[in-house]
Amino acid sequence: MWAMIVKEFRQLRRDRRTLAMMIVMPVILLIVFGYAASFDVKTIPTVAAGPQGPAVAESLGQPFDVVATAPDEGKAWAEMQLRDNTKGAAVAVVAGNGPTEVLIDGSQLFTARTAVAALTAKVAKAAAQGATAPAAKPGVTVLYNPGLTTADIMIPGLCGVILVFIGTIITSLGVVRERQTGTLEQLAVMPLRPRDVFLGKIVPYFVVACVDLAIVLAIGVAVFGVPFRGSYAVFGLGALLFLFVTLGLGVLISSVSENQGQAIQLSVMVMLPQVLLSGLIFPLTSIAVGVRWISYILPLTYFNEISRGVMLRAEPIGPLWQPFVFLALLGLIVFTLASLRFRSFLAPAAPRRGHGRAPAGEPQPAAAPVGQETGAGVGAGIGAGTGTGAGASTGTGASTGTGAGAGTGAGAAVPAAADPAGPPGTAGPSDHGGPGNAGSGR
Amino acid sequence: MTAPSAGSGPVPAAAATREWWGTEEVCVRYGDKLALDHVTFRAVPGRVSAVVGGDGAGRTTLLRCLAGALAVSSGRVRLPPPLRIGYLSSGSGTYPDLSVAENLAFRAAAYRLPPAVARERSGEFLERAGLSGARDRLAGQLSGGMRQKLGVIAAMLHQPDLLVLDEPTTGVDPVSRADLWWLIARAAASGAAVVLATSYLDEAERALDVLALDAGRALASGTPEEIIAAMPGTLRVSDAPPEGEARRRAWRRGGRWRIWDPPGPPSGTAGAGEDAGGAAGGIAGAATPVRPDLQDAVTVAILARELAGSGGPEGGGPR
Repeated sequence: MWAMIVKEFRQLRRDRRTLAMMIVMPVILLIVFGYAASFDVKTIPTVAAGPQGPAVAESLGQPFDVVATAPDEGKAWAEMQLRDNTKGAAVAVVAGNGPTEVLIDGSQLFTARTAVAALTAKVAKAAAQGATAPAAKPGVTVLYNPGLTTADIMIPGLCGVILVFIGTIITSLGVVRERQTGTLEQLAVMPLRPRDVFLGKIVPYFVVACVDLAIVLAIGVAVFGVPFRGSYAVFGLGALLFLFVTLGLGVLISSVSENQGQAIQLSVMVMLPQVLLSGLIFPLTSIAVGVRWISYILPLTYFNEISRGVMLRAEPIGPLWQPFVFLALLGLIVFTLASLRFRSFLAPAAPRRGHGRAPAGEPQPAAAPVGQETGAGVGAGIGAGTGTGAGASTGTGASTGTGAGAGTGAGAAVPAAADPAGPPGTAGPSDHGGPGNAGSGR
Repeated sequence: MTAPSAGSGPVPAAAATREWWGTEEVCVRYGDKLALDHVTFRAVPGRVSAVVGGDGAGRTTLLRCLAGALAVSSGRVRLPPPLRIGYLSSGSGTYPDLSVAENLAFRAAAYRLPPAVARERSGEFLERAGLSGARDRLAGQLSGGMRQKLGVIAAMLHQPDLLVLDEPTTGVDPVSRADLWWLIARAAASGAAVVLATSYLDEAERALDVLALDAGRALASGTPEEIIAAMPGTLRVSDAPPEGEARRRAWRRGGRWRIWDPPGPPSGTAGAGEDAGGAAGGIAGAATPVRPDLQDAVTVAILARELAGSGGPEGGGPR
């Protein structure tokens, strides 16, 4: 097994691009999810039309940011601004001629939602101010993520995405590569147990995944200020379980793929739903029920529950038993499938034993001390029988007797030479000399 | 395995106790295609055996069975344990992204060779094969011949009892081929039963035993001399292709034509008595008899089978 692990590490070291991808990819993901892919809308570019438009728009205050005004224009202009997206405006206020209207660009989903929420709040506030005293304002407290920052939610989930990335995509390349370089058959005949090869294949990626996980966590906590409130041990156990599922998936994909292209396709097909449906981006509850069951067979769903629970809410292992159990279950299923598939992957043909049709009266295995298969006595019988029967090549025949104790040369020629020498020499009658005897000689 | 009283006639004790590895009446089926059809083959320690045959003859299939990489559909396989088999699969079976030394180190570790022994042995083999300068080069950067040599060295590093080499010399220049043969002879001298597949019949003549396969069936086997001696009929060589019926029994070799005359009723009457008698006879007169070599003998065996199969002149040709 150690030989296999060393070999895999050496190959990994040589594969600079994959190695770079494994280091760079988490960092890119971190930046993308930590900074860029923010769902927090802080400003909403707004345009105002109509005589009262600018004044009304200004009165809205934060987060609305007036970027253009046109007191002489009407609704048509406002709509055009939104349609053409010239100023990046998502909201247009039309006021002065007739009732005040607010147009919101629904194609900018998150901005639009924020705008609707902000407007509703402002209207409610205005109504409250108009009707009763400011006392009606409810006290709101946000727990666990008081700033409601996206990074706090995304980075725990990102840990899972990175584990999927390395565990499934990169690992899926490693095993099928043996098939493509033509070394699979070599590997199959080596005296390595399938388990050794299996472990040899996943240990390097396991190590790299752990390192990546540590990097992402460290950057998340240090740079993005993501809190880690819970237990490292619980988090580690969850990550370990999850990693086994993803590594198992990687091996499974690899062993059913014919080439690396197929492996990539398959693993992307496995990874994409996990990113989309695991609750990483969209809350599980907002996923349609008909599709939600898929979420519950995706390992990332459970890891998300664990990582967010532990990091943000300091959840102990007790209440998290469900995701842990499901992860363990998934791991068991995937690993069993992967190792079964891996066995047949390593042995392209049926198992070596049990196929030899024992000739009548021949006890089947009883393996000779060295040999993998029995039947030596039978073989010798054929060789001798043919040699004498056909009477061919007397030279070899003679050496048979004398070569009893001799070295490898003379006597050794007998089974190899005398056996088939008969048939070609004496065409017709001894046609069934060699193989025929095998059946009838016993 | 010593069963002297079994079978008929006197059974030489030496043959009974002699170790061999190989197949017995082995059939291998890929779907509905019979890749090996009752093939019996034995490799004996200390000897080099060659498996020859055209493309699709079943050479690689037989070698895969011998390497333990393929299960047979029926018949028996007698092999040493995996630890004692060395195998060079078609292609060199080495990792292109590992260096020569790393490839050998992996193989040695997989076959549980003590590192010191592995170092010493691989040093010697690399030296002899002219690869010591390439020790730190990636296998993927080696030339085809060098890679083949590396593959053979890797396969024989642990001194296996059975060394199975699938086309070790294909696409290799003559100098490297000589190196390869040194390695092969070295393996046999150290007691391995060496089996190699080759498509070069001149090379097969260097082996002590030869098995010729055609369409999954054993066509001929024995020492090269035995196979040549067992060739039925006679062979002629001619500058021009024969005409008439004899054209079916002729093939081009080098710049000349070989014509095989099956045994039995004199071929002259068969050729002359039939339709294109005159022309065939004329050419036959110009052709001179020639001593067949292994290549001729195997070609004749294939030809005889084809002719027999198509209802040719001879019914009971070589099997």
